[in-house]
Amino acid sequence: MILQRLFPHPLLTMILWGIWLLLNNTISPGHIVLGAVLAIFIPWLTSSYWPEKITIRHPWMLVLYVLRVLFEILVANAVVAKLILGPQKNLKPGFLNYELKLTSPVGIGLLANTISLTPGTVSCDLSKDRRFLLIHALHIDDVEAIKAEIHRKFEKPLLEIFVTC
Amino acid sequence: MLEWILAILILIGAFFTLVGSIGLYKLSDFYMRLHGPTKASTLGVGAILIASAIHFSFKTEGVSLHEILVTLFLFITAPVSAHLMAKAAIHIKVKQVERTRQLEK
Repeated sequence: MILQRLFPHPLLTMILWGIWLLLNNTISPGHIVLGAVLAIFIPWLTSSYWPEKITIRHPWMLVLYVLRVLFEILVANAVVAKLILGPQKNLKPGFLNYELKLTSPVGIGLLANTISLTPGTVSCDLSKDRRFLLIHALHIDDVEAIKAEIHRKFEKPLLEIFVTC
Repeated sequence: MLEWILAILILIGAFFTLVGSIGLYKLSDFYMRLHGPTKASTLGVGAILIASAIHFSFKTEGVSLHEILVTLFLFITAPVSAHLMAKAAIHIKVKQVERTRQLEK
């Protein structure tokens, strides 16, 4: 238990350490030690702001997810570039309510972030009960198709990665 | 060869940044304009940053990985600011294009 007291969020510790070394663009021993000290202290000091534990079931799936999102950004960018350069009157913008199956806050945050990052859709609001995500789309042909696509591409992998708390 | 790859990456980046700016200028209401910069800038800036990482890794001593951090921070902050702006816009009921599809009740 002492280990858990020392490292309330081991994942956060690793990420902070990595970011520190990247920021300094070096792997000199001095920075490795300094980074480790900071990476242990910061999660410890801020642990009261992170009430629930983040549990990731398959870390390698998160890597796959990031690669997939990068690919989707590439594809969607081309689509949106075409929409923007094309005539305006053909665009049918609109709002849609996406029903979330994810329950973990970090998972919902990542999904909303991904939706905003992929061109064509921006997440606008989350309902108070965390069940619906309001999304604005630049062009809607078929609402159900967009919802199905978001579920298949993004929510399903996230559901597998983040364990329900 | 390296020069060619860098040139192509920078051109792709410049093109998508330009499309983002055109979108910002051309699209008709606030919500649609949000799409321009938050979108096209992801790939635009992304391609330029990859070019920068390749250039400084090959032309100078050691590997340059600063750019990964720039991308990371950009990918975290851009959607958050877009989300907050959209939320604020809905709250104060910013005008929408008439053909905007409303929520199913």
